[in-house]
Amino acid sequence: MNPLNNTDKEHQTAAMNASTENTTRSTTATVRASLKKRYAAEKRFRLYGIIAISSSIGFLFLLLASITSKGLPAFTQTFVKLDVELNSEQLGITDAPSAADLRSANYSGVIKQTLRDRFPEVTKRGEKKALYKLISTGAQYELYDRVAADPSLVGQTISLWVPADDELGAIIKSDADLTQPDSITTRMTDQQIAWAKTLKDAGDLDVRFNTTFFKNGDSREPELAGIRAALIGSAFTLLITFTLSFPVAVSAAIYLEEFAPQNRWTDIVEVNINNLAAVPSIVFGLLGLAVFINFFHLPRSAPVVGGIVLSLMTLPTIIISSRAALKAVPPSIREAARGLGASPLQVVTHHVLPLAMPGILTGTIIGLAQALGETAPLLMIGMVAFIVDIPASITDAATVLPVQVFLWADSPERAFVEKTSAAIMVLLVFLILMNAIAVMLRKRFERRW
Amino acid sequence: MNTAVADDILTQLRRPSSPVQNAAQEAFDNLTETVGTVTVDNPKMQTSNVNVFYAEKQAIFDVNLDIGNNEVIAMIGPSGCGKSTFLRCLNRMNDTIPTCRVTGNMSLDGEDLYGADLDPVLLRARVGMVFQKPNPFAKSIYDNVAYGPRIHGLASNRAELDDIVVDSLKKAGLYDEVKDRLDAPGTSLSGGQQQRLCIARSIAVSPEVILMDEPCSALDPIATARIEELINELRENYAIAIVTHSMQQAARVSQRTAYFHLGKLVEVNDTNAVFTNPQHELTENYITGRFG
Repeated sequence: MNPLNNTDKEHQTAAMNASTENTTRSTTATVRASLKKRYAAEKRFRLYGIIAISSSIGFLFLLLASITSKGLPAFTQTFVKLDVELNSEQLGITDAPSAADLRSANYSGVIKQTLRDRFPEVTKRGEKKALYKLISTGAQYELYDRVAADPSLVGQTISLWVPADDELGAIIKSDADLTQPDSITTRMTDQQIAWAKTLKDAGDLDVRFNTTFFKNGDSREPELAGIRAALIGSAFTLLITFTLSFPVAVSAAIYLEEFAPQNRWTDIVEVNINNLAAVPSIVFGLLGLAVFINFFHLPRSAPVVGGIVLSLMTLPTIIISSRAALKAVPPSIREAARGLGASPLQVVTHHVLPLAMPGILTGTIIGLAQALGETAPLLMIGMVAFIVDIPASITDAATVLPVQVFLWADSPERAFVEKTSAAIMVLLVFLILMNAIAVMLRKRFERRW
Repeated sequence: MNTAVADDILTQLRRPSSPVQNAAQEAFDNLTETVGTVTVDNPKMQTSNVNVFYAEKQAIFDVNLDIGNNEVIAMIGPSGCGKSTFLRCLNRMNDTIPTCRVTGNMSLDGEDLYGADLDPVLLRARVGMVFQKPNPFAKSIYDNVAYGPRIHGLASNRAELDDIVVDSLKKAGLYDEVKDRLDAPGTSLSGGQQQRLCIARSIAVSPEVILMDEPCSALDPIATARIEELINELRENYAIAIVTHSMQQAARVSQRTAYFHLGKLVEVNDTNAVFTNPQHELTENYITGRFG
């Protein structure tokens, strides 16, 4: 080694050490300087997150509070007590009436008579009409039900609680001061309010739980309108949707994910399934109208058609989430099963599907929840009809909860406002129940690996 | 100072022609025939002129190799040398990779593996496999072992199935540890126990050959020792092919060793011979740690 060379090396080393030290110092300083900024950025981001979450929770509560406060009154109803004298002459029947006689008897006349007897000072035609308006037109059916159940009542005087008219009901439920009719916003006249006060003072007005709301179908009279037809309609429709879309979608997802060859055709299918998920729902309604009703001549307004249309809409949602769930199953499980000599179908049914089931169920519930809240496509196939009778089968005319909400929101009577909110509450409860079932199923199927 | 040293090493590595690698490349290019004896006296599986392609890329070149009865053959070689690919061809696990293509002859007891007579499902019942990562099913320990016999209908009643499960767990040396909790999920076991469970699961089908793809790479030394002991015991009844990255392991468990390099089978011989007196330059380089 020659000395010159050696010194050179030393020089180099020294220089290198210096530069290393320099870098170290400047690195530390730079990092330290930037640290504050980085933490500040993180703090800001957390703040944004908290703001986002609290504002969404705030809006959610606002919505729920508004719906609940508006909808709660719909679950109670005002009743009027009438002491009805079942005079067979006035009913237009004999003393031993047949069932047919009872059906065609003049109940409304009897009730009107009862009201006239209660307020004997009312004599003018217009006043009488106003008096009759205090109670619901449904009162006569109530009376018929009582008499039909026990025909021996004919000839006696019975006391009967009948639903009040919706306007009167609203006043009583809001606990308004009946002595000052001017302070009440209502279509009732001052005289009607005075009558109501008389009834109330006598204890003949009472607010009770509204069973009618859960027992009846739709009605033009708010106090007689109920949610049952729509509820049953929704249940039927969802049943059809589930039975059609779940097996088809899961089979499609399994085939595409586990068996289909990877080529241009499967790519096209995949892209189109994704596109289908983005198609506006009313288009499915048009398709249902054109194909199922006009071509296949399936009944209009029926849950069977609604269910088919909604399952077309739900299919892509379930397929996409099922494929994601299948994809998430570790390939090592498939290899293990295949390595033991399981056939491809056995690999799927014994191992992959059970592990993917929680994810598939979640997707299914999301799809069904979407279907439950869907209105537009059902308008096209006539499920927007005015349905009074409770549907008894999937081919009966029916409507569904969101369409019922839509219909009631459209009605002019003030009492339908609370019905609308109450229907939304029922819809939400339906949804929460569905989600609860989904969570339960998930828990059951969930397995660790 | 450190940076200078690192730079130095990097230049060394980047230099296109280090003498060792140069010679190795030359030796590899000249390699046409496998060194050593590829055949055995009582073969269980035989392969000749096997080529494997992934789409256009060839992964295995003209491999001839026999796997004998009651022997453990170890396959070693650097990463990406094709040893796992070759192993997976032996029970057609590569079938599910659409781009994978296999040519050449492979047979089990003289039956063509890729012939029309031998269904892959049947083949996999006869040639079991243990994977790199323990992969028990999300089922109980009992059901894990019972799964194979169940799908193949090997037990006619519950008592027979119980016998198979207990017997397999005993053979895999796991029975004493789990006999009180056969209902516990297979995933609740430790890594080493899980791997032994996977071995028990393969044994339960009574295969003729067991393929092991780096079975100990995810395990600690104690669990590894336990598995190696097990492989030794299993040799009495099965033919075993094991892919491993650990040369010590190959030396400990195998009777024959095959060295793969870039898709070619370089050398096959008795394990002792390979490790003490390698015939080919590439083998020597690998086992002395000069590359790989």
